[in-house]
Amino acid sequence: MTIRTRLIVIGALAAVSVFALIPRNVTQRVYDAGNGRMKDTTVRQVPISLGLDLRGGIHLALEVDESKGPVPDCADAIQRAERVVRTRIDEFGTREPVVQIQGRCRLIVELAGESDPARAKSIIQRTAFLEFRITDMKNQFQNALPQIDGALRRAGVKARGATPSAVSQLFGSDTSKAGRDSAADANTPGVLSSLLFQGQLPGEFLVPEEQWMVVDSLIQRPDVRQLIPRGLDLKWGAQVESRGARSYRAVYAVEARPIITGEELTKAQARRDQLTNQSVVEFTLSRRGGRKFAEETARHINDYMAIILDGRVQGQPPVIRGQIATHGQIELGTKPLQEASDLALVLRAGALPAPLTIVDEQTIGPSLGADSINDGIRAGVVGVALVILIMVGYYRLSGVLAVSALTLYCLFTLAGLAILKSTLTLPGLAGFVLSIGIAVDANVLIFERIREELVHGKSLRLAVEDGFKHAMNAIVDSNVSTALTAFILYLVGTGPVKGFAITLIIGIAASMVSAIFVVKTLFLIWLQRRPAMTTLSV
Amino acid sequence: MIRLFANANYDFIKWRRRAYAITALIMLAGAFDLAIRGLNYSIEFTGGTLLQVETKTVVPVAQIRQALDAVGLRGAEIQTFGSDTSYVIRARITAAAAERQATDTLAVAAAVGRALDASAGAGQYRVVRTESVQPKVGKELQGKAFLAIVLSFFVTLIYLAARFEWRFGLAAVLATAHDVLATIAFISLMHLEVSLIVVGAVLTVVGYSLNDTIIIFDRVRENLHKYRRQNLYEILNLSINETLPRSVLTHGTTIATTLALLVLAGEVIRPFAWVMTFGIFTGTFSSIYIAAPILLLIEKRWPGEDARGARALGARAPTPVPTGPAPVAPKAAPAPGPKVPAR
Repeated sequence: MTIRTRLIVIGALAAVSVFALIPRNVTQRVYDAGNGRMKDTTVRQVPISLGLDLRGGIHLALEVDESKGPVPDCADAIQRAERVVRTRIDEFGTREPVVQIQGRCRLIVELAGESDPARAKSIIQRTAFLEFRITDMKNQFQNALPQIDGALRRAGVKARGATPSAVSQLFGSDTSKAGRDSAADANTPGVLSSLLFQGQLPGEFLVPEEQWMVVDSLIQRPDVRQLIPRGLDLKWGAQVESRGARSYRAVYAVEARPIITGEELTKAQARRDQLTNQSVVEFTLSRRGGRKFAEETARHINDYMAIILDGRVQGQPPVIRGQIATHGQIELGTKPLQEASDLALVLRAGALPAPLTIVDEQTIGPSLGADSINDGIRAGVVGVALVILIMVGYYRLSGVLAVSALTLYCLFTLAGLAILKSTLTLPGLAGFVLSIGIAVDANVLIFERIREELVHGKSLRLAVEDGFKHAMNAIVDSNVSTALTAFILYLVGTGPVKGFAITLIIGIAASMVSAIFVVKTLFLIWLQRRPAMTTLSV
Repeated sequence: MIRLFANANYDFIKWRRRAYAITALIMLAGAFDLAIRGLNYSIEFTGGTLLQVETKTVVPVAQIRQALDAVGLRGAEIQTFGSDTSYVIRARITAAAAERQATDTLAVAAAVGRALDASAGAGQYRVVRTESVQPKVGKELQGKAFLAIVLSFFVTLIYLAARFEWRFGLAAVLATAHDVLATIAFISLMHLEVSLIVVGAVLTVVGYSLNDTIIIFDRVRENLHKYRRQNLYEILNLSINETLPRSVLTHGTTIATTLALLVLAGEVIRPFAWVMTFGIFTGTFSSIYIAAPILLLIEKRWPGEDARGARALGARAPTPVPTGPAPVAPKAAPAPGPKVPAR
């Protein structure tokens, strides 16, 4: 290869590298919080993106939650969850969010620049399964209460807490004498019925806040579940209500069959009701869903309809006054509007196929990241200065050649990172600094060889030629083995370690090009310019 | 022209027994320390919650600990991190409490918040980093780290067996295994926190040490062709001496960068820089004092065909006189080595 072609190759490589490193404008579709639509924006993108540990942000690893029952195919569930989470995150408003599946059953979410993990988690983790069910209009559950009490008594569960008389005093309710009468017939207060106070609408019961755990464990018992009338389910209310001085939690007997689910939902929007000062999420159903909904609500006029989100009844079930078609709303009471708009967001994105649990969570403040970058760069500058000092001090002019090749090495490595779209992490930065020290190894090997060849009495040209040739074996073998270990690190490692491994591999490749090809070219030019040279500054 | 160690002629291999003693001492101390204290695994490996806090004024660690105890967060580790106003608080998940605490990140964060409100005062501190890992993930990571090291040995063995010969590969891998053990001993003695980054550093040490061993072995391979009359003992010494200037230079530049990282790159990178700095020493040491003598030992035990085996046997008496039948190819054959197998 002539010097000319060598220079062309080097020039081309450098040009490509510089091109890869130029910041450019990229058009992105982002969510516009103003009108709830996606819009195009142009952002200036620096080609090497910084990892979360350098610019701050939230890193979450999620898995399918199997604590409440096994999930048969977690890989499939995670794949579907990934789509839902991605939609939610895209609307969350973070720039360049990362949502990816790691391994088989793990989902990684990275939000750069965010610093509120609680909010991010609630948006990602919320199952957001919405359903509408009619409450127990025929009081079937209430009629079954004596049997349930009987079963519990036989099972040896002791009653405790309030007496039925308290109920009538408290509410003066008259809707369902039957239930309480039958409980009274048994002469002793029923185990379960003594804890349930009749609510204001059919199928609603109130439980004192301090006792809801007891009731929950009672209704979870298999023998009780069996006695709950067919076609009915018990669902807890989402909010705690206060009546007088005491707090109560509502439990609703609702039909097991939802009249419609969130799958049919097309739009959801949060708003603040001016009259009641309540946060409200308005939703619109698809045409098909609207038809189904209209049909069902027409059949259930004057019935109460529970709006159930993730297994919890939202607010008090409203009465159906007339046929409802495609529009409806969920009332959230006094909760802040932010929460309502987050709910609207997750409803739009759809429900998760299975609940997710967080197995790894990291939050890095932006100031810490900035400090890390500064420290890393300072260490890099000092490290490079020392390397230059050693190389030039020991090898003189040849050392200068090696150092100038080192500049190209830095350029190539950074460009390699940009082309592979890898992120620069803190360990990656450390790896880069370290690789500068190791990158000169090839030149050291070559220069030492040239010196040996000169000592053996070879001519300048031959010594340079043979020096490069003979050092080759050692350089290739040592670099390939290092690259192999780095590759394994890449395969096995996660997150920051992967970034480190990539930096190492690119560094090895770049150092081969710069230390061998570039330095040899420089030597050739040097020898050509000084044909009369008899001693080499090496 | 500065020339360090030019024409050096030290009998490195002669000192191998003393070298063994030194490395055995480090490893024994490390093993002893490991048995008593155990490795200081990071949250990533044990599972648990970590918070890094920066306060505006210096708050004594004892005061923070008291406040944490007061809010019921007992047994949390508190350390200053780089400066007097930066603290790291770790609440590890112990095996007994694993199930209860697994989802308790927010609870820990809230408890720490309350404790800091009490000890530093509200608004006087800032949480700059939180990390919370379930033990399951930590177990996986431990497995993966181990797998990475074993896999890298395996791949190197195959590569070196293909490029050199299995005896060289085995010697290089054993020397590298020594480095891993010595580095673990060092980590234990220094009580460095074993995080993913440190595992990465150990693997880099593996790569670096192999690199160094290969440079020497490459010389050995070359000299075996070149000097047909010398035994392996001499060839090893010769090769180490010949590569000495290179070793000094390369280790010098690498040490320069790791020292820069150690001193300047901040607290997060410091364990990594410590491991790398030690790794350069042990890598250099093992290439000379572990890899070369082990190669000698292997050649003695399982002599290779051709000259190499004979030379190895001759190494019992380190004299330049070739012993044994010496089925050496035509004397002083500088031509491309005819009978050395498996190049």
